[in-house]
Amino acid sequence: MRARSFAYPYVLWMALFVVAPIVIIVIYAFTTADGGFTFENFASMGGTYLSVFGRSFLLAIIATAICLLIGYPVAYSLAREKSCLQGIIVMLIMLPMWMNFLLRTYSWMSILENTGLLNRFFSAIGLFDLINAISGFINETFGTNLSTDLEYFEMINTQGAVVLGMVYNYLPFMILPIYSVILKIDSSYLEAARDLGAPPRTVFRKVVFPLSLSGVLSGITMVFVPAVSTFVISDLLGGAKIMLLGNLIQMQFLGSTYNPHLGSAIALIMMVVVIICMTVMNKFGDEEEQAVMF
Amino acid sequence: MKKIISLVLAFAMVAAIGALSGCGSSYDGEINVYNFGEYIDESTYEAFEEEYNIKVNYNTYDTCEALYSTLKNGGADYDVIITSDYMIGRMAVEGMLEELNYDNIPNFSLIGDEYKGLSYDPDDKYSVPYMWGTVGLIYNGSEINDELTSWSAMFDEQYSGQILMFDSSRDAFGVALKYLGYSMNTTDEAEIGAAYDLLEQQKPLVQGYFQDQMYDKLEGGEALIGAYYAGDYLMMLENNPDLKFVVPDEGSNFFVDAMCIPAGCENKELAEQFINYMTSTDVCVTNMGATGYASGNTEACEIYAQDLEDWMADIMFPSEEVLSRCEVYLNLPQETLELYDSLWVELKA
Repeated sequence: MRARSFAYPYVLWMALFVVAPIVIIVIYAFTTADGGFTFENFASMGGTYLSVFGRSFLLAIIATAICLLIGYPVAYSLAREKSCLQGIIVMLIMLPMWMNFLLRTYSWMSILENTGLLNRFFSAIGLFDLINAISGFINETFGTNLSTDLEYFEMINTQGAVVLGMVYNYLPFMILPIYSVILKIDSSYLEAARDLGAPPRTVFRKVVFPLSLSGVLSGITMVFVPAVSTFVISDLLGGAKIMLLGNLIQMQFLGSTYNPHLGSAIALIMMVVVIICMTVMNKFGDEEEQAVMF
Repeated sequence: MKKIISLVLAFAMVAAIGALSGCGSSYDGEINVYNFGEYIDESTYEAFEEEYNIKVNYNTYDTCEALYSTLKNGGADYDVIITSDYMIGRMAVEGMLEELNYDNIPNFSLIGDEYKGLSYDPDDKYSVPYMWGTVGLIYNGSEINDELTSWSAMFDEQYSGQILMFDSSRDAFGVALKYLGYSMNTTDEAEIGAAYDLLEQQKPLVQGYFQDQMYDKLEGGEALIGAYYAGDYLMMLENNPDLKFVVPDEGSNFFVDAMCIPAGCENKELAEQFINYMTSTDVCVTNMGATGYASGNTEACEIYAQDLEDWMADIMFPSEEVLSRCEVYLNLPQETLELYDSLWVELKA
């Protein structure tokens, strides 16, 4: 028996639960409720939809960039630690993921709320009194009109909270692929670079980073794609005040008008845009790698 | 080899299906029930299972729209659904409901006349009322000393950052329309437009748009004012006695949630038996205790009200004067629903 037969269960799974749904989405996107072919679902998307698209991509890009900025140094230094320590840290990174995603996001709610843990902590250490006193002092000396009745920082139900939720939930997906790629870099490359007189910064820039690029690219994909389509995080941490793509799609199915055709059309556009972004990035990645080879 | 594997797989599938459906079934029948979350005392359907030897598969959903989308997709096979007035109207029009045989539901006679023949089901063909109640203003009496009597509090700048709004277009627009003195069932685009302007002005003042999270936020004092359901208010009160409830002077939404049988149901008689059981007085009293909502069974309401303090009974069973200010949601035409949805996106975009 050839080894590929073992893949059949998954091939069947994929056909049923990945390929078939995509086909259904495409069919829905191009049909009306009566089943006729139409472009109307796409034509009916106006400027408001564009701003929802814009905001979703912007927030997802910010979250991905933050994940990369935090994740890369972590992955890099982790890969250079002793292996027993690596095991522990990798487990600590994974540990939160053993808990349900919803529960973790809910707990951020009680941390960020106006009467939440963080604000109560700030209040207990007298931070707000301090800020109010400083504002009062500035008011007196300079005759300005700063408010002196600060009782809490407004953190929940803001775009910042939504980005925080994305970063918190998806950071492991950035760290782990980068880490595993850096781990596999042959140390003789680094030695060779050093032997040839490259200072540490150049070793990183010319050898480590280009070689870890495939990990960075898969990290970016694994963070960006769920972030751009999330609807739970914006509901819970954004107070549903900020509509993202995920919410917009969800609304077509669960809003007052049941419109799976429009919902599918939006989903299809989102998929296409994401695929284009990813292809462009991978192209860019390939060229970098080639540039290194030559 | 391939054949062996497919045989094994086929066998496993058959075995799994057998295990799921068979499972030593000693029941005489089985029905699938679909209800809102936290809207029943679970002991009631367990007692039904025992008494009639019928298995009840009980599932819950979040919003009427979610129920509609599930049934419309044909992705589920329910025998009894419990849903709201306007959704019953919509599903009846679209032929998604079975006509009931009232010979099997003698307890229908226990339902108060005021909940019969309502606009969503004028001839009582499709539905038996389950619970009813009102929407009102819930506010924190320890922080807000004034007696609030108007929806204006929801749009008042002095409560900026302390207001919670419904996260459903119909309910949010309903509040705004009522405040402006219009009907919640208006199809007039100018009136809906005025309500939208009001909601847009309100947006910077609200903490956010919520449904179930209202509980935590109002109980915990995270917010001071919210529009929500009377029954849920009575549940919140157990955790925060400072909360107050009022049906504003401008009027509000009066809703009836009723039991129906979706079209194509194969266990219609069992389903009717279940509906009849859920309408009996004892069961209604138990469910009122668990949900804080009033039953459609008048006798049960009288029994339950005896043990309540007067002011609580007034909230749970509002007087006719209060109800006369309230409107039942009607099923709106498709264009109006689309207008609601597009304005809702615009509001949040």
